[in-house]
Amino acid sequence: MKTQNKTIEKVTSQDYQYGFVTDIEQDTIPPGLNEDVIRLISNKKNEPDWLTNWRLKAYNNWLKMNEPDWAKVDYPKIDYQSISYYSAPKDKSDGPKSLDEVDPELVKTYEKLGIPLEEQKMLAGVAVDAVFDSVSVATTFKEDLGKAGVIFSSFSEAVQDYPDLVKKYLGSVVPYTDNYFAALNSAVFSDGSFVYIPKGVRCPMELSTYFRINAMNTGQFERTLIIADEGSHVSYLEGCTAPMRDENQLHAAVVELVAHKDAEIKYSTVQNWYPGNPETGKGGVYNFVTKRGICEGSNSKISWTQVETGSAITWKYPSCILKGDDSVGEFYSVAVANNFQQADTGTKMIHSGKNTRSTIISKGISAGKGQNTYRGQVKIMKNAENARNYSQCDSILIGDQCSAHTFPYIDVRNPSAQMEHEASTSTIGEDQLFYCNQRGISTEDAVSLIVNGFCKEVFRELPMEFAVEAQKLMEVTLEGSVG
Amino acid sequence: MLEIKDLHVKVEDKDILKGINLTVHPGELHAIMGRNGSGKSTLANVIAGQESYEITSGDILYNGTSIISESPEERALAGIFMSFQYPVIIPGVNNTYFLKAALNAIRKHQGKTELDAVEFLKLIRKKLAVVEMDEKYLHRAVNDGFSGGEKKKNEILQMLTLEPALAILDETDSGLDIDALKIVAAGVNNYRRDDRAIVIITHYQRILKYLEADYVHVLINGKIAKSGGENLAEQLEEKGYSWLDN
Repeated sequence: MKTQNKTIEKVTSQDYQYGFVTDIEQDTIPPGLNEDVIRLISNKKNEPDWLTNWRLKAYNNWLKMNEPDWAKVDYPKIDYQSISYYSAPKDKSDGPKSLDEVDPELVKTYEKLGIPLEEQKMLAGVAVDAVFDSVSVATTFKEDLGKAGVIFSSFSEAVQDYPDLVKKYLGSVVPYTDNYFAALNSAVFSDGSFVYIPKGVRCPMELSTYFRINAMNTGQFERTLIIADEGSHVSYLEGCTAPMRDENQLHAAVVELVAHKDAEIKYSTVQNWYPGNPETGKGGVYNFVTKRGICEGSNSKISWTQVETGSAITWKYPSCILKGDDSVGEFYSVAVANNFQQADTGTKMIHSGKNTRSTIISKGISAGKGQNTYRGQVKIMKNAENARNYSQCDSILIGDQCSAHTFPYIDVRNPSAQMEHEASTSTIGEDQLFYCNQRGISTEDAVSLIVNGFCKEVFRELPMEFAVEAQKLMEVTLEGSVG
Repeated sequence: MLEIKDLHVKVEDKDILKGINLTVHPGELHAIMGRNGSGKSTLANVIAGQESYEITSGDILYNGTSIISESPEERALAGIFMSFQYPVIIPGVNNTYFLKAALNAIRKHQGKTELDAVEFLKLIRKKLAVVEMDEKYLHRAVNDGFSGGEKKKNEILQMLTLEPALAILDETDSGLDIDALKIVAAGVNNYRRDDRAIVIITHYQRILKYLEADYVHVLINGKIAKSGGENLAEQLEEKGYSWLDN
């Protein structure tokens, strides 16, 4: 038993493997936030007036809002005036046209992370719009996508090239009045991705963006907007890691998805930002994200899959508004809270169309002193005849100093609704470990075996290459958490 | 192969085993019988290396070397297998995957090449036939939703697949109906070889009708009160354990 506890300690005390800082000169605005800063950001990006004004409205709205405190997370107060709201790699003006022109330091960073762009270019048709700090520096596969009529570009480029589309959809799913962090993002967002899939087009490849935070004191405010027009289909992958550092980094992203009639959007995330020092909890990313999709047209579908292993604090509720009749919303989640990590994550499924269906599968893993909370809401509106929801929230505990919490909110206003909710909490039992050990399987392998078994229903929703990465990530994250 | 010397074991400050001596040679089948609480399962778990038991004195030798400071995993890799009285459920982990991981861990330890999925399937099909298990068990999660009999057959399947040198069977016969009992016994006989040893722990004499025990030991209050041949089991069946009390 003693040995097993030691293994738990060893696994949970695993150091962050991706902790390093790339030495690249940054073009950074001094810390602080006011209207001038917002104008400066907008100006640097050469934005039209309507967008500058939209940012300013968001900022003034944000000033009147209070930081939310209902989540089960605990962190020192953020000084928003000490954050720098814009940073771009210096050589941006020259604009690299191919990978050869990209700063070799940057390429090296990606290689350390195991995501060499060079290789990815050749590999299985994944187009990469890499976000390094705030500005996109490399975009591949654009031509192939262009042939299919798919628009996949950085947000800044989309503002220049497709202003009508951006104007029409920006803030249509997550308005700047939505919440504190969404308002902040709307005011200062730096860049992100923009995707438009035209009518009837099946996007010929998985789209993916790798985010990376890499500038001292620079908040990251990504903005992603994906529109799937009638009968189209797209799968989007997002993955992130961050270098080790000693100061907390704020990340407040907004992702908006719009699925028209018969369209389908699959959005997958593997998030592995620096979780903080494993012994003190110091450092680590604060991840306050607003992700929401609307199934606008009938028979449309939005599916969120997330594997959240990083960040000191995760505050994230990817949601679906099921407006179109017969539309489908899905949420598959694995969230890990190890060492001093705190995760408060879940989803909202808002049913307003008839015959709408939603599925929620949440798997929470707590280890070390981790705090893991599932928070979800299922709302069936008055006119949503025959809506159905199935929710399953499972938690697994590794060691005896962590905790798991589940807060399912259910609000049903139509009597024809069918709701199912299942929840379970289990521990990685000493008996399970002994059983595996007795068959010759090492404790580390046993933990990974048990955890991967626990997460299976979620992992199988991930695109193949992500599923493998996620399993590996899980092993690395929990390495040494059980003795 | 196995030599237990004056073994004393405590669990939570309670003395459970109070001086066990037992020697098992290759090819032998030993049956250890006794009432509930006599220390039978403790003995099995201590040999396998369960760490909630504290060895206060004595030693366990396996092939001449003391194993009491070795981890359960090291003992398993060295060829000691325990069939669990209560096989453990591992949700979401496919039976094939589990058994293949175990077999390959052992093969790797023995310096053999690891089996790929096709080779493993070929092997496991043969073993399934011995314990009359359907292939569908392979695709279910380890022991999840298995009946009592299925769990015990699954333990025997694991033993046949992993081919340990020493098998400790902890109440593998309890809770089995007569058909399942015969299948389990057939599995044990199939496993039995001159270079392998078996220690079977049981309440009842009935499984011994299908196995040829070389020795029967009766465990009473943490000590071996009597040892003998197969006829000792029959006598016990007739007279009850109280025959050997005091």
